[in-house]
Amino acid sequence: MGLLDKQFDSSNIVVTSLDNLLNWARLSSLWQMQFGLACCAIEMMAASASNFDMMRFGVIPRATPRQCDVMIVSGTVTLKMASRIKRLYDQMAEPRYVISMGSCSNCGGPYWEHGYHVLKGVDRVIPVDVYVPGCPPRPEALLEGLIKLQEKVRHESLVKKKSA
Amino acid sequence: MSPQEILERLTANFPDSAFGIEAKLDAPVDPWIKVSPQHIIGIAQFLRDDDELQFDFLSSLSGVDLKGKLSVIYHLSSLVKKHKITIRVEVPTEAPEVQSVESIWKTANWHEREAFDLFGIRFTGHPDLRRILLPYDWEGYPLRKDYQVPEFYNGMRVPY
Repeated sequence: MGLLDKQFDSSNIVVTSLDNLLNWARLSSLWQMQFGLACCAIEMMAASASNFDMMRFGVIPRATPRQCDVMIVSGTVTLKMASRIKRLYDQMAEPRYVISMGSCSNCGGPYWEHGYHVLKGVDRVIPVDVYVPGCPPRPEALLEGLIKLQEKVRHESLVKKKSA
Repeated sequence: MSPQEILERLTANFPDSAFGIEAKLDAPVDPWIKVSPQHIIGIAQFLRDDDELQFDFLSSLSGVDLKGKLSVIYHLSSLVKKHKITIRVEVPTEAPEVQSVESIWKTANWHEREAFDLFGIRFTGHPDLRRILLPYDWEGYPLRKDYQVPEFYNGMRVPY
């Protein structure tokens, strides 16, 4: 039974575990790092616009890494950009997540052999939670990646101590 | 003016063989005229200022690696006269020095920086010749045919 079902029981009291409550709040407001790298960014913008409306999942673009929960790496990561991405990731507060969007940031994409200037996968500099394949992925694919990330957040625990 | 007339105008004003004027006017796409890299600035000045030619617009400046030689290609057009021509120079890869045409067409500034960045062609007389696209600490010139991709850049592995 979901949180909302319980809310409409008699006395306006919700009974749930703290983990459930925290995770529900976190996965419903995954604020996004507002930046784009290449053509994938166009699809990301389409996903944010009214047809697909990423904001209905609580994804709000923020212009500073300090306020962000998720970084969508949308496009080709050049070697020159990689150190900037690493720095932005380091500036985000934990818990933080990364969606790698498109073939380029997954594995180098079309630049895998002759791209002397392209990092062959953003996971060489920062850890990635969800990979969205496509060149570029359609907005539906990005939204599915986002829902996958929400699933991941739903099953985490901030309360339980992690084993060292 | 037709490419043939442009060539005749040029050879009439630069008759000396030191200017190294050669041409291929039946080239498949762009008819071109080759000139000496030591005299490109004088020839460029003439191409721009001559009343008959008036090449007031440098559409593009590109580098080419011809294996052993590096080449710079200038695509010129005239907005007034509605004609165009391609000028090229060739330099040896070991000492790739070409006079800068930045003082004649300001467009050349960033184009020459790009050709320097990717081919290592040195444009003498350029006011600010440094890399434009690649990071400043990059080593080598990636669009040369003999370029080897580095194993690592700043601790990041480059090959797939």
